Amino acid sequence: MKNSTYDFIIIGAGVVGSMIARWLSRYQADILLIDKEADIGMGATAANSAIVHPGYDPQPGSLKALTNVRANPMWDQLSAELNFAFQRPGDFVVAIGEQELPILDTLYQQGVKNGVPGMKIISAAEMLEREPLINPEVSGALWASTGGICDPFQVTVAAAENAVLNGAEVLLETEFLDFLMEGSRVVGVRTNRGDFFARWVINAAGIYADAVMHKAGVRPEFVIKPRRGEYFVLDSADIRTRNIYFPVPTEKGKGILVTNTVHGNTIIGPNANIIDDKEDTSCTRDGLEEISQGARKLIPSIRLRTVIGTFAGLRPMGNARSQNPAIDYGNDFVIEIPQSVQGLPAIAEMVVDLLKDAGEKLVEKKGWDPIRPARPRFRTMSHAQRQALCAADPAYGRVICRCENVTEGEIVREIHAPIPATTYDAIKRRTWLGTGRCQGGFDMSRVVTILSRELGISLLEVTKRGGGSEFLFRQTKDKEAQDAA
Amino acid sequence: MQENNFICTACPMGCKLIVRMQDGEVVKVVGNRCRRGETYGRQEAIAPQRMVASTVRISGGLHPLLPVYTKGSVPKRRIGEVLAAIRAARVSAPVKAGQVILANVIGTGVDVIASRDMPEYSKSSPENSKHP
Amino acid sequence: MQHKEIYDVVVIGAGPGGLAAAIEAKKAGARDVLVIERDVELGGILLQCIHNGFGLQTFKEDLPGPEYAQRFINEARAVGVEFLLDTMVMDLTPQRRLHLSSRQYGYFTLDARAVVLAMGCRERTRAQIRIPGMRPNGVFTAGTAQRWVNVEGYMPGKNFVILGSGDIGMIMARRLTFEGAKVSRVLEIQSYLSGLSRNYVQCLQDWDIPLQLQHTIKRVIGKNRVEAVETVAVDDHWNFVPGSEEIIPCDTLLLSVGLIPENELSKKAGVMLDPVTSGPFVDERFQTSVPGIFAAGNVVHVYDLVDYVSVAGNTAGTHAARYALDESEVEADYVPLKAGKNVRYVVPHKLDRNALEAGDVQLQLRVTQPIEEDVWLEVRSESASIVRRSERYARPGEMVTILLKPGMAEAVRKAESLTVDVYPKAEA
Repeated sequence: MKNSTYDFIIIGAGVVGSMIARWLSRYQADILLIDKEADIGMGATAANSAIVHPGYDPQPGSLKALTNVRANPMWDQLSAELNFAFQRPGDFVVAIGEQELPILDTLYQQGVKNGVPGMKIISAAEMLEREPLINPEVSGALWASTGGICDPFQVTVAAAENAVLNGAEVLLETEFLDFLMEGSRVVGVRTNRGDFFARWVINAAGIYADAVMHKAGVRPEFVIKPRRGEYFVLDSADIRTRNIYFPVPTEKGKGILVTNTVHGNTIIGPNANIIDDKEDTSCTRDGLEEISQGARKLIPSIRLRTVIGTFAGLRPMGNARSQNPAIDYGNDFVIEIPQSVQGLPAIAEMVVDLLKDAGEKLVEKKGWDPIRPARPRFRTMSHAQRQALCAADPAYGRVICRCENVTEGEIVREIHAPIPATTYDAIKRRTWLGTGRCQGGFDMSRVVTILSRELGISLLEVTKRGGGSEFLFRQTKDKEAQDAA
Repeated sequence: MQENNFICTACPMGCKLIVRMQDGEVVKVVGNRCRRGETYGRQEAIAPQRMVASTVRISGGLHPLLPVYTKGSVPKRRIGEVLAAIRAARVSAPVKAGQVILANVIGTGVDVIASRDMPEYSKSSPENSKHP
Repeated sequence: MQHKEIYDVVVIGAGPGGLAAAIEAKKAGARDVLVIERDVELGGILLQCIHNGFGLQTFKEDLPGPEYAQRFINEARAVGVEFLLDTMVMDLTPQRRLHLSSRQYGYFTLDARAVVLAMGCRERTRAQIRIPGMRPNGVFTAGTAQRWVNVEGYMPGKNFVILGSGDIGMIMARRLTFEGAKVSRVLEIQSYLSGLSRNYVQCLQDWDIPLQLQHTIKRVIGKNRVEAVETVAVDDHWNFVPGSEEIIPCDTLLLSVGLIPENELSKKAGVMLDPVTSGPFVDERFQTSVPGIFAAGNVVHVYDLVDYVSVAGNTAGTHAARYALDESEVEADYVPLKAGKNVRYVVPHKLDRNALEAGDVQLQLRVTQPIEEDVWLEVRSESASIVRRSERYARPGEMVTILLKPGMAEAVRKAESLTVDVYPKAEA
């Protein structure tokens, strides 16, 4: 650690905190990004629909509508600078049956009010031509050409790494415990790793943003509840949808969608259940049934036998002013409530604006590099590119994950990246290893061995996602453990 | 007359055996489809026997463990002792399949032998990429 | 090893199917036979199957998996089969060009006059059976745990629950017990055992490990590592029985819930797959829908005995060599084989109309439902019964076979298609 005094401390290295760090890293400032987990992006960031929305859905005049529409065009440049996968296939709201048709027009009008470009209502025939798998009872669809998909976790890694390459520091397994105050002013944070001082503290703690806020004695009535959404991942070898498909929205929300991902899989989900436990990312039998039924409304040919993964994510739902995510308290910190990733760059930009409004003199840094270099991804390469890569570094020739074609070279690079991947899941989420048909059955023991070797730790110390999630308990022939048993 | 029910394990067919006993002696085995079934039934009723397979620690080999097995069956009630003897054993690579690792294990008259060749870990073998 | 640009026969996978195919291809006259293996040594999954029970048919001996593999490895070396280890086949074209990746040799291509697919199978995972609950560490397939315990030398848990009564699950229950771990119970959603009954005796009964039929996991509990599972009884339609829930503390849940032939490469080569077996459609020579590409062993359908895998490898290897040496053979005229009453599938899927002139053909099949009484296994054409034989029972967990003999050649030649039925003798 270089020092314990910073200009900015950001609590929470999710997609929001990481993007804010990256935005601030262009200025002359010392930045510290902290997270309680063993990796960045372990909360709401990692488990959602991964869609960059055009902005026709939020209520006109809401901050969410504003950030959606303002951020959407920024994604092309962002993905080019940060080298993460981003595609803009456009999205469709699909009306099934004549009774749903009028809702498309309502959405279209709402989009016009929000300033969404590139929308069009298309016929059932055109919808079926664009996606032959769609329910033949389709009556029409709203097409929004600016809808996009990304991998929010990889966006987070890219943004945080870019911040680090521009001088920011990241401390993981560093849990915020309390604020350090001087009178009524926040001067730093107390963590399990000691005290860190800062002129500004930015709360990007996601689902725990309310608890962090309460530590400063502010707005105890403001409570964030987790809203759990469950998803299925389908085997890309069995089904490949072409686009993003939403059902028409109901009072319960955007509904169960079917979308392709930047990894080539199709995912279906989410449902939406408000729960109490902020750590409860469990999947339920009923939920999974609800999702498969919902998804079949759009694409009847979806079959559960093609499911290769299930996951659930928690979205933070605030109980007050949730349409206004940026709330300024005495200019000491900003509270942010992410709804999902769509408004992201605009949110980061807004934080910068808020700081400027509060009188902070942000001076641009000379030599700030907006580029976060890409690392080789074997599976997306041509034969010729693979040949060249293996010739340069033989470790790229050794395939560790047979389903997703991830090589030892890629794994080693991630372990020694600007933000080192030190757990199995950290590698999995960066390389997409272990996400295929065999779900890590083949690669797991090999990755654990590589982690142990590269980190210089025992196999017994390698974890899935941090302390308490170890893989192995003892050596098979460990006599003492044997006797104890 | 006392009856014992067994599932024959002499082959994968899994015949359901009934072994009729009187005064500790087998009177009749029924349900078997071959002679091995009869032998199994008699043995199982009086003194069950099992083959044992496990691993021993090996140093200098491609892997840290060498799979081994008992060349014949040992009394079922002594399996725990056989396993303890195997656990205490240590060998060094190279080892050839069939090599005796523990002769006459715990006095059963049965040898514990290696289930495979275990080559020495060598930098020149293609296996070396396991330990780059 | 210096590899060539083109081989008569390339075998993908050095497990029992691949090794047998390579040996027979060489014996059948193929000039050069190459086995490509992604692991650092030959033998495949047999190397981690250290228990005995292998080779009763092939060698008339009760051998552990590594010893069974060792005999084939030794023979393959003796007959001059060549090997590429630690090498992954990334792509296979219908023209039989292979793209390979390896730490030692880099990224390269080679060609084959004939290919034998012998990639084996993979285990079904938690996602495929959609076990609800949290997703902590500690939910592993039985085979993954087996590799750790038997090969890598580490224990992935102290207190286990095993879901599924497949053979690997039961064998791991005993193995873990031998190494001092606790196995609380084995759960099976079906009303019958899915593995071999001898494994039930030797692995569970011998060690007092309870087997609960018609039970499954309702929920996994634990954030970072498994802390417990909630089990539940199910009815005949797999609906949960209310009130039967039980919380079983454990740190590891092992899954032994089925195997699926591994055919991603086959798909790349344009090989047509049977949705029932998940393996390629094959004829009696184990040739797939793509000429010159053969398939052997668990890549075709999941066997319960390695001895049968080796026999399948022999057949595929012999015919691959013949294909390589004489590519000009005429298009075969096939009789389709259909799964009839209580038969889930039959391999091969089709039969060369004149196949029986060259010798016996073994049909391999699995039944849909268990029948615990004397049954007939019968092969018939539209008009007549061709052969039938009896068995004392028929169980989904145990593959059964019927032999077609040269004496039936005439009936087969005249048939439009052949259907295989399995039914109780009482119904006949």
